Amino acid sequence: MITRRTALASAASVALAGSARAEKKYGPGVTDTEIKIGQTMPYSGNASAYGVAGRLHAAYFRMLNETQGGINGRKINFISLDDGYSPPKTMELARQLVERDQVLLLFYPLGTQTNTAIQKYMNQKKVPHLFLATGASKWGDPKNFPWTMGWQPDYHTECKIFGKHITANVKDPKIAVLRQNDDMGNDYLSGFKEGLGPNWEKMIVADATYEVTDPTIDSQILQLKSSGATVFMNITTPKFAAQAIKKVPEIGWKPIHYLVSVAASVGAVMRPAGIENGQGIITAQFLKDVTDPRWATDPEYLEWKAFMDKWNPTGNQLEGSNVSSYVSVQGLVHVLKACGDDLSRENVMRQAANIKDLRIPLLLPGIKVNTSPTNFYPIRAEQLARFEGDHWVLFGDLISADAG
Amino acid sequence: MAAMAQSWATKAGIGKVAMFFWVLLAALPLAGFVTDSPSFDYYMFMGQSMLIYAIAVLGLNLLIGFNGQISLGHSAFFAVGAYTAAILMNFGGVPYWLTLPIAAGVCFGAGFLFGFPALKLEGHYLALATFTLAIAVPQLLKYKAIAGWTGGVGGLLLDKPDPPFGIPLSADQYLYYLCLVVAMVVFWGVFNLLRGRSGRAIMAIRDHGMAAGTMGIDTGLYKTVTFGISAGITGVAGALSAITIAYVAPDSFTLQLSISFLVGLVVGGIASLPGCVIGGAFIVVVQNSSQSISDWMKDTFSLRYDVPAWAIYGTLLLLLMFFLPNGIAGGLAVLRARLGRGSRQS
Amino acid sequence: MDFFIQQIAAGLTNGAIYACVALGLVMIYVSTDHINFAQGEMAMFATYLAWAMIDAGVSYWVAFGATILIAFASGLFIQRVILKPLETAPVLALVVCFIALLSIFNALAGMIWSFTIKQFPSPFPQRDVFGNGLVSVQQIGVVTVTLLMLCLLTVFFRFTTLGLAMRAAAQNATSARLMGVRVSWMLALGWGLASAIGAIAGMLVAPIVFLDPNMMTGILVYGFAGALVGGIANPLGAVAGGFIVGVLENLVGSYIIGNELKLSFALIMVVGVLLLKPAGIFGRVIVKRV
Repeated sequence: MITRRTALASAASVALAGSARAEKKYGPGVTDTEIKIGQTMPYSGNASAYGVAGRLHAAYFRMLNETQGGINGRKINFISLDDGYSPPKTMELARQLVERDQVLLLFYPLGTQTNTAIQKYMNQKKVPHLFLATGASKWGDPKNFPWTMGWQPDYHTECKIFGKHITANVKDPKIAVLRQNDDMGNDYLSGFKEGLGPNWEKMIVADATYEVTDPTIDSQILQLKSSGATVFMNITTPKFAAQAIKKVPEIGWKPIHYLVSVAASVGAVMRPAGIENGQGIITAQFLKDVTDPRWATDPEYLEWKAFMDKWNPTGNQLEGSNVSSYVSVQGLVHVLKACGDDLSRENVMRQAANIKDLRIPLLLPGIKVNTSPTNFYPIRAEQLARFEGDHWVLFGDLISADAG
Repeated sequence: MAAMAQSWATKAGIGKVAMFFWVLLAALPLAGFVTDSPSFDYYMFMGQSMLIYAIAVLGLNLLIGFNGQISLGHSAFFAVGAYTAAILMNFGGVPYWLTLPIAAGVCFGAGFLFGFPALKLEGHYLALATFTLAIAVPQLLKYKAIAGWTGGVGGLLLDKPDPPFGIPLSADQYLYYLCLVVAMVVFWGVFNLLRGRSGRAIMAIRDHGMAAGTMGIDTGLYKTVTFGISAGITGVAGALSAITIAYVAPDSFTLQLSISFLVGLVVGGIASLPGCVIGGAFIVVVQNSSQSISDWMKDTFSLRYDVPAWAIYGTLLLLLMFFLPNGIAGGLAVLRARLGRGSRQS
Repeated sequence: MDFFIQQIAAGLTNGAIYACVALGLVMIYVSTDHINFAQGEMAMFATYLAWAMIDAGVSYWVAFGATILIAFASGLFIQRVILKPLETAPVLALVVCFIALLSIFNALAGMIWSFTIKQFPSPFPQRDVFGNGLVSVQQIGVVTVTLLMLCLLTVFFRFTTLGLAMRAAAQNATSARLMGVRVSWMLALGWGLASAIGAIAGMLVAPIVFLDPNMMTGILVYGFAGALVGGIANPLGAVAGGFIVGVLENLVGSYIIGNELKLSFALIMVVGVLLLKPAGIFGRVIVKRV
């Protein structure tokens, strides 16, 4: 019913506007006053800690609607649903959003298995499946999946950077790897091996996995320590990262500690784990660390802080997800603004695949968002950082995946 | 009260009400020919899920409701069924419809074997042992030695089947009919099983195992075979789910799924065949409506926080158990008995 | 050798936590013949209450005591208000109620305190016992508290009138009632005790695994395993079972099957023990009267 009305309305508006001005073209979910956007997010279940992102997005759209009247005069109707991190549930919700609620696009759905479940469907239905909240490297495949696009630097690339840094800086490294037994762990590991080069087999002396249902990882850390490793590659999610960071010094192990970026949030990992335990840990970043006093007077930081205080007051400002999702939502806003009055699904994808040197606040200086019809990896650069005092301190140059 | 619910349930299984009900279910997709609503296919998809859950709950009900063995691990058999179908379709090139009986067979075998240790366990012990099974399933599915077949953590992507012979149905309408036909066959089979000699033996074991044994029923054999059949039916549901979702992955088969089955079973009605269908619908509808209730509460009372959908879901469950401890089918039976007291036919 | 000792120490610490959870399960099982699937989430929620108090400036031990009292009271409350009306309902309806409670506690904790992990203070100093990184004070402390709790419970049940009345109510409700025991209140008392034990378990485990609403999910599984292995009708057995599961899980995981199959090992252990000794290693076989 709604769609028929929409179709009529848009037909009428096209007729009225005639050829005098730029033609208005609306895909499903778009009217003169509204754009409908869908999302799936694990608000419950094992991955519920990530639900922060969906709440920030909702707050951001509320802010846009109330202070700027939405985007180009159209208010955003944002529908974010809980899939509990279960692939069949994601499939059900994606179909609900696309077929029943008639959203224009799906934005920042979270999880690798969950997105794999719906990727084919989204492409068959030709619905934009934009800026996925997962770092798997398979999302930048415009040839086979022209409607799916990732967002953050992928896990593979990031760990490649770590691998290279180790071979360049550590003499005769003996490496112990701790990783979550899932696609994230596998992706990171394969990139890590690539970064280490052909001799990785000699360098990695221990490789231990854990499940998200494991109560503690003490046993694994002990196993890794007993391997005599001098380098610790910590591929974990926030809760287990905090456990590991706390446990390593506790048992008297002093390796060079590398931590993946998904678990490098100061508020969600480093502080609970104990600031003193985290000293010297190395990670890679593409976002400004908002706890770093270096940015305290940075206008981008202040803008974010003002937004958080006013629109997302219950959000934890030390939590990394509140920064990364703030950046991703602006990527989407840019795309929708660039679409102008042509809000068809085709044009959304066209604009998403033609971002040129876009600067988004809170990305590290020098990082720009770039896409093209053959490059579906919007952010590809990262910089290494070391934990000193109570924040991350950047060092070295920006490392881009293309160059790396 | 349970006995009343049950006698009604088995009697009406093939009675006029049930016939009417199945015909109604079969007629639903025809609405697709008069509506051009784009959400129609989505509702067909929901229908598939409900039928699949109904079949799974039926499998569980046969075991819990009729045979008295409590299992919290049926997500494992659901997973085995789903993976059997997925592996056969992906590597063996087996047509999707042929995977259903194979999945049933494989799961029957698995259930039969699991039935042996289960023989020694009663009540709570069995519940907890199967609970551990459900927890271990995702980890087992990821295990690297079988990752070549299961796709490891990434799972397996499948092709969704199209209607054969150029039948003028959409893929979702067709799959709905596929699920419906399978459901009817399975329900009819279970109905006949329960009505006969074996059914009486299965229920006698539940009511008084020792007495049943004394009367010459081979309780061990009956219990293991019931476990096998139960697992086989749930496995068929799993295979159907793999076909309709077109993707299997370890995270799809968590303890949460087992709990859903159990909740559907109890809410629908223990030892009630119509209850299984009600339970299947409940699983799909109520989880979605808790989300809607949460949204509604947030809008209406302009709350600062989201009321979590799962808290609403839990509260709904508590209320249901308070007022209908024998499930919806049990409640309906009581209602029917009260209404029919004046003009009882049989 | 160091590695072996460390693995055992870590296993004992984990085991102590499993044992606490198992103790709570046993309490409810013995007094009401139910298995409380919400045990873990109730413990988690109590721990959040303690955290909130400490965060508000209350001293650790005051918060610790207050939390135990609150947990005890809410255990009583849940039994009296939610479960008592369902006394005649089928067992499965009760299981569904426990699942409902589990969902509610988990979701509420997530809403109030968010799903981001929180640091929970430990009453034990952060250092080694021997100064060689083998065994930490924290580990010794957790194990000691668990054993202490077991002793207290044993004393309570063996040597106090109330404990005797509770045992009587559980073993033979009708006779107990004739002797003047208020059976229904004894059941509620069992719930209160279980809930208080859960709260202690939660506060012991939170400094190690960090506080979040899903904190107890994994632990509950091993707690069940411990209770089953040791014998679910026997506090001593449950504690021993918890320790056995904790230690074996670590040793088998590091030396034999690898970490990928740890959970599956718990499953095999449970099924194996139940097959050989259905009442658990330390359980007494109950002779059924027909």
